[in-house]
Amino acid sequence: MANFYTDNPSLKVHLTHPMMKKIVELKERDFADADKFDYAPQNFDDAMDSYDKVLEIVGEICGDIIAENAEDVDHNGPRVENGRVVYAEGTKKNLDACRKAGLMGMSMPRRLGGLNFPITPYIMAADIVSRADAGFENLWGLQDCAETIYEFASDEQKEKYIPRVCAGETMSMDLTEPDAGSDLQSVMLKASQKEDGSWVVNGVKRFITNGDSDIHLVLARSEEGSKDGRGLSMFIYDKRNGGVTVRRIENKMGIKGSPTCELVYKDAPVELVGSRRMGLIKYVMALMNGARLGIAAQSVGLSEAAYREALAYAKDRRQFGKAIIDFPAVAEILSLMKAKLDASRTLLYACSRFVDMYKIYDDIAKERKLEPEEKAEQKHFSKLADAFTPLAKGMTSEYCNQNTYDCIQIHGGSGFMKDYACERLYRDARITSIYEGTTQLQVVAAIRHVTTGTYLSFMQEAEKEEVCADDQDIKSILVEMSQQYAAAVEAVTAGKDPKFVDFMARRLVEMAGHVVMGYLLLADTQRDAEVRRSLRVYVKYGQAEVAKHAGFIANFRPEQMDEYLY
Amino acid sequence: MSLNIIVLAKQVPDTRNVGKDAMKEDGTINRAVLPAIFNPEDLNALEQALKLKEMYPGSKVTLLTMGPGRAAEIVREGLYRGADGGIVLSDRAFAGSDTLATSYALSAAVRKIGDFDIIVGGRQAIDGDTAQVGPQIAEKLNLPQVTYAEEIISAEDGKVVVKRRIESGVETVKAPMPLVVTVNGSAAPCRPRNAKALQKYKYAAAPSEVAADESRKEFISKRPYLGIGEWSAMDVEADLSQCGLAGSPTKVKAIENVVFTAKEARNIENNDVELEGLIKELIANHTIG
Repeated sequence: MANFYTDNPSLKVHLTHPMMKKIVELKERDFADADKFDYAPQNFDDAMDSYDKVLEIVGEICGDIIAENAEDVDHNGPRVENGRVVYAEGTKKNLDACRKAGLMGMSMPRRLGGLNFPITPYIMAADIVSRADAGFENLWGLQDCAETIYEFASDEQKEKYIPRVCAGETMSMDLTEPDAGSDLQSVMLKASQKEDGSWVVNGVKRFITNGDSDIHLVLARSEEGSKDGRGLSMFIYDKRNGGVTVRRIENKMGIKGSPTCELVYKDAPVELVGSRRMGLIKYVMALMNGARLGIAAQSVGLSEAAYREALAYAKDRRQFGKAIIDFPAVAEILSLMKAKLDASRTLLYACSRFVDMYKIYDDIAKERKLEPEEKAEQKHFSKLADAFTPLAKGMTSEYCNQNTYDCIQIHGGSGFMKDYACERLYRDARITSIYEGTTQLQVVAAIRHVTTGTYLSFMQEAEKEEVCADDQDIKSILVEMSQQYAAAVEAVTAGKDPKFVDFMARRLVEMAGHVVMGYLLLADTQRDAEVRRSLRVYVKYGQAEVAKHAGFIANFRPEQMDEYLY
Repeated sequence: MSLNIIVLAKQVPDTRNVGKDAMKEDGTINRAVLPAIFNPEDLNALEQALKLKEMYPGSKVTLLTMGPGRAAEIVREGLYRGADGGIVLSDRAFAGSDTLATSYALSAAVRKIGDFDIIVGGRQAIDGDTAQVGPQIAEKLNLPQVTYAEEIISAEDGKVVVKRRIESGVETVKAPMPLVVTVNGSAAPCRPRNAKALQKYKYAAAPSEVAADESRKEFISKRPYLGIGEWSAMDVEADLSQCGLAGSPTKVKAIENVVFTAKEARNIENNDVELEGLIKELIANHTIG
């Protein structure tokens, strides 16, 4: 009887962000589908009402079905039989509910069977699903591989595969190999072209999430003798054609319901997507950016679950004659968990709105020439999305690890037992800062926007916004923090030593993150006073963190790096 | 073979989380504090109908509900899940109906629908807990009935095969169509609302709703699938003396508000004297009986 959407008012605050009007109008091309599809919105309010109602369905399925099955799925997990994956019973029920509810292919256009939702409400659904069961979010969330087919495949391929995804077939992205993890340039899976022009692949992939899916995106080496990323192409493998078997599934620490497969390809027939050689450098990069946003949503959902578990326990558990929430030490942990949760969530949705804006413009550009001001906006948001995606993935996944750790801490000894959900959340959270690029790799992607000033100009823009009198003190702190950040960036980059910038990159990116999230929470507070508490707690926390990093950087001479390097 | 299926569904106050203000002083339900929901076992019944529709393509699922105009929400909920249409039986003359008057009105509506193979409804509604309406409709229409159904396994060659949940286990029975089937809460839960169907039908409305909010009149009139049927007593040619309060022999003698408060555990010895004492006590304080 729980609804994970309606019981969480903060979701609606983000869904109704002022930028949504433009996003929806562009996405719906001024509501051109209104008379073509009986489920298309007539206008902005109608579209928003539909998102709200569909998210209510998501919330209901998550509260009543997916969350209920989570423990059982975690304990039983999937298995391999004759080279095929058999999902846990609960997973099958979850998938069945999502299919019947039509929650697959949510962002795909209606003419291909989708709901034509912007990324933002889709990501909100991912946030809600992850709170119910982070492992299941992987299976459900892999639908965004369809986005890559939509963006880069031929019309024929789009019409062949996307309606199948919308009807509920699952997907996987087959990238990783035993010797190609973070370094995908080393992918060895061999793609060979036959005389008739068709392709087959041979070799092995490892760590493939949902590797026995219906439709795979496969990264393989199409250029014989090549060694780097420019010899890799992207292919679609259709399970109906056969040729791929599951050798084993990993026995993992968390997200146990999500089968992580080792795949063997034996002359598996595949179709080339887009152009040869563009597999890694263009398509996988796009695919990964979408996936990273998905992991940020997964992290936020897990943070939400952890906070709720901790809060409920702290209110219920009595020691020394009172509920433990009444002890300041416990209250502080909870307040900080909530602040990190709200900060993560606002960063997630800021990022998803930027992604929406530039992707919709990209799509419109396929239909007509963009006006100069549209082109400028497309460029602006593309840059912001590029800057915010690694920041969101990095920060939210680290916070979700911290929140699930604190959730166990609140539970004390009981939290260490298998009796409470918190131990599952803790195990599930651990992967979020690793897969789809470790936090260290997010820093590598984000540091460019530290050195080129993307984050700083975002802060400066945010500083221009008026805030109410109650928040002036917080705003002053944020202005100070951004100055400290700018000074730290200056100090680190002044010597033009790339190694030193690499060494300090994590600190600078975190500092940027604290200020950016502070400003986003400040803006949220102007629309919803409920956020104020988290704003104040978060900015006090961020202020101390920024000062800590600033102090470290100020007291550090580049030659001291040698004491750290191996 | 395609089927015509009528699903009987009721909008009920959500009595599953009853607080102390659930009943008004006059002994009637305080609907203001209890949200109106789709009666849970009627959802189980709807699922059986939708499953049959999948098994026998071309089948048609029609919801039939009696209540005030806002009961059209029940029809919308059905449309969101895959039903084809629905009718609200709504008339002041039906107000105050007990199970006898309700089954009379509903059977009159079923007669007007005419063409059907299966009528399926929940075992009972959570506001009255009588489990009488389904069987009474079967009697009034002179149809066979299968109660406590857990699964309608098939509906072919003029016969349905139904698995029933009975006190001692399960039994599988065969019965001729047309018939009435009432579904137990242990049956499969109803599928979720579908995102496309919800967006398609969210403005579906009964005439009285359209009259109350003219803004959508034109929009709905251009889209016939958004019309929800609404029938009065006259539409179903009901005899008014058998409707509503006039047709309801049930009289409420008194209503008592029972709130369970005791929390302590007590040990009872396993002998007749102690057990009899406990039973008498539980009857006296209305826990049982």
